[in-house]
Amino acid sequence: MGLTGPTTVESLSPNWLTTRLDALVNWARANSLWPMPFGTACCAIEFMATAASRFDLARFGMERMAFSPRQADVLICAGRLPFKLAPVIRRIYDQMPQPKWVISMGACASTGGIFDTYAMVQGIDTVVPVDVYVPGCPPRPEGLLYGVLLLHKKIKGETLANGDLRREHPLGVTGLRLPPEAVDELSEPFGNSVHQTRSA
Amino acid sequence: MSGKRTLEFELATTGVDTRGRPVRVPLGVAGAATAEDDEVDVSGHHMLLNLGPQHPATHGVLRLVVELDGEVVVRAIPHVGYLHSGFEKLGEYRHYNQIIPLTDRTDYLSPMSNNVGLALAVEKLMGIEITDRCRVLRVIACEMSRIISHLVWMGTMAIDIGAFTPFLWTFYERERIYNFQEAWTGARLTTSLTRVGGMMADVPDGFVEGLREWCRNFPKTLDEVDRVLSRNGIWCARTQGVGALTAEEAVNYSLSGPMLRASGVPYDVRKDRPYLGYETYDFDVPVGEHGDVYDRYLVRFEELRQSTRILEHALGRLPDGPINVDDPRVILPPKSAAMSDMEAMIFHFKQVMEGVKAPVGEAYFPIENGKGELGYYLVSDGTAKPVRWRIRPPSFINLAALPKMAEGNLLSDLIAINASVDIVMGEVDR
Amino acid sequence: MNPSVGALRERFGRRIGRAVVSCGDSVVYVDPAAIREVLRWLKETAGQQYNYLVDVTAVEYRDPERPLEVVYELFSLERRVPLRVKVELPKDGALELDSVVPVWRGADWLEREVYDMFGVTFRGHPDLRRILMWETYAEGYPLRKDFPLRGRFSRSEQVRQALNIHPEAHYSMEELSIADAYQDLPADVRERLSRGERGEVPEQPPESR
Repeated sequence: MGLTGPTTVESLSPNWLTTRLDALVNWARANSLWPMPFGTACCAIEFMATAASRFDLARFGMERMAFSPRQADVLICAGRLPFKLAPVIRRIYDQMPQPKWVISMGACASTGGIFDTYAMVQGIDTVVPVDVYVPGCPPRPEGLLYGVLLLHKKIKGETLANGDLRREHPLGVTGLRLPPEAVDELSEPFGNSVHQTRSA
Repeated sequence: MSGKRTLEFELATTGVDTRGRPVRVPLGVAGAATAEDDEVDVSGHHMLLNLGPQHPATHGVLRLVVELDGEVVVRAIPHVGYLHSGFEKLGEYRHYNQIIPLTDRTDYLSPMSNNVGLALAVEKLMGIEITDRCRVLRVIACEMSRIISHLVWMGTMAIDIGAFTPFLWTFYERERIYNFQEAWTGARLTTSLTRVGGMMADVPDGFVEGLREWCRNFPKTLDEVDRVLSRNGIWCARTQGVGALTAEEAVNYSLSGPMLRASGVPYDVRKDRPYLGYETYDFDVPVGEHGDVYDRYLVRFEELRQSTRILEHALGRLPDGPINVDDPRVILPPKSAAMSDMEAMIFHFKQVMEGVKAPVGEAYFPIENGKGELGYYLVSDGTAKPVRWRIRPPSFINLAALPKMAEGNLLSDLIAINASVDIVMGEVDR
Repeated sequence: MNPSVGALRERFGRRIGRAVVSCGDSVVYVDPAAIREVLRWLKETAGQQYNYLVDVTAVEYRDPERPLEVVYELFSLERRVPLRVKVELPKDGALELDSVVPVWRGADWLEREVYDMFGVTFRGHPDLRRILMWETYAEGYPLRKDFPLRGRFSRSEQVRQALNIHPEAHYSMEELSIADAYQDLPADVRERLSRGERGEVPEQPPESR
């Protein structure tokens, strides 16, 4: 856990221990993440299955679902994100207080998935910054749990000394999070969809 | 000036005026008008409330703008399209077999019956007659889908009204169905079960026995839910007489499925436009009387029992034989043949590269899905890709009646009514 | 062939076009000007009773010469008989049609969807505006054949437009006109609305080009 207690017998006392501040803070943060489930489509059903009896997300400190972004730590975007919904997730992200993290659950949230169409954002990283991408269509609950554990690992590597880490990045003058060229590049079709024929 | 500003600040944060009476805090900006006059009468003032698109009780990304008089809904205006992904456009760029994975993701609560519906529509378009075993397997798939769809509805509706426990029970049963689904198709949710002219795979060993065993145990869970909810005072008070629609209204709004039957119209596609030999199965169609939220609950509840009955019946009569039609133009040859036999390899190549061509024509094929009448309308111009792939979305059409049902009810009842429609946004917005 | 087609010809004469059977479904073409009258007759006449409107949709063919078709899928709950009625709208003319909302309330959202996706205007519809795309969606009508699969604008422009849309584009005129609420709207929204604008997308700042 990163916490070290007294090691010699004579120094045994229930009242003190030594640790780094970073380790203590990160330990506390990582083990009591409050998720904000932004469930839109199929992945939300698998997210519900993860939270329900068999997989039990609460084992990893995610007992409390925060449906209000103002009381949440992790935005879990479970499902596809159409353009009509893009301002909504951006606003929810802006409303979340620091420290905050984002998990992009599933192929559609991460890259647009099979929906390379006029209506879909090609990856939510063109709208909000993302910490963990969970692949799958939809990911199995085990996959999501693995993503959560990866996020724990990432949080435990953070340091309070890094002032940039918790800085807000509002939309720039272009009205975009990234330069337009970067958005275009991220949204390029890739893999199999390059070869998909347009119309017969 | 400064004193006035303080007063506005208080009004905006606490929502009461200086005498402690509640004051409407309107759309974003705190009430400048009420600060001038503390004798203001708030009755008759309407409030605009925005619910969603990110709200736990709207079952996805539905957005409702509600005009409220006090706590009473004057008007509810649904806004949909927050999950519009362009399925129908995408389908025009895909071969018929490539559309099947898309149908998984429309109504993602019952993926297998969507697969079956699309395959049936394409087979109608191409004039393909499927095998007996395939027909029974598809019935099993449809009924498993109906059960898991209704189970999600039951769990989430109970949460909306304030009971958490049934959610855990229904999801427990869902996981068990998921196990069967996974054993059969390899996927928990996105099954892609059917192919044009057959199935992706036959059921694995032990499937029939396992599902039969499940059918014996499932009614016990239903009885538990029944005991907790059906005669529960709070449940009845929250659902009876709420959001009622008469039979004429339900037909006028083109409702289908349990929504229509709860209003007393005995229209079930399985009985009235039979497909897959449903006319030979022994089951009843539950019909409601009052058309309110409680009747919709009862209708869906009884459908769960009837679906279990159909499952048992279908498992008992599952014939041996091939699952695919014997036609190399639509069914891929087995891998071993494609690797060793020239002719089989050519068929394989043509099917994968060019797709299965449908004759010029059009077909509409409805099936009874968990949500209602799910129809696929396909128009072909003779190529391997449809000119138009239209999904007749039952929950989109059922949702259109929400303003009518919500009118004059309390805001809290709006949540119960919305839950009773059983929407799935993937299908509403497509 | 469904016997209702013969009855329709007898009643409406030349306003009924050709009729075909495709995959066992009867399809009858009707003069666009008569559509509401025909559908009302089919719904209310004894012996026809097509009282259930299954679906309203439209089809555009890949052949640019062929007109756009609006499709009404009917079903008689009493007689258990389906019928498909079609209307052809030439693409060089105005894509306009009488709304059937006065006949079936359920046609409301279906016609809005056809308007949204194909650009067919339904005369007499109570609230005809886009339903799936947002109201100021600028790229056109997605299901038309001349509309590319990935949309007309670049991906960055699509993201920018989506993120920077003014809030009133997400409300209907009906909601914004509720008298109490209108006074409470922010000043800039009220000003834009008084100019008759519906939530324009702000122009791109010149320095970003």
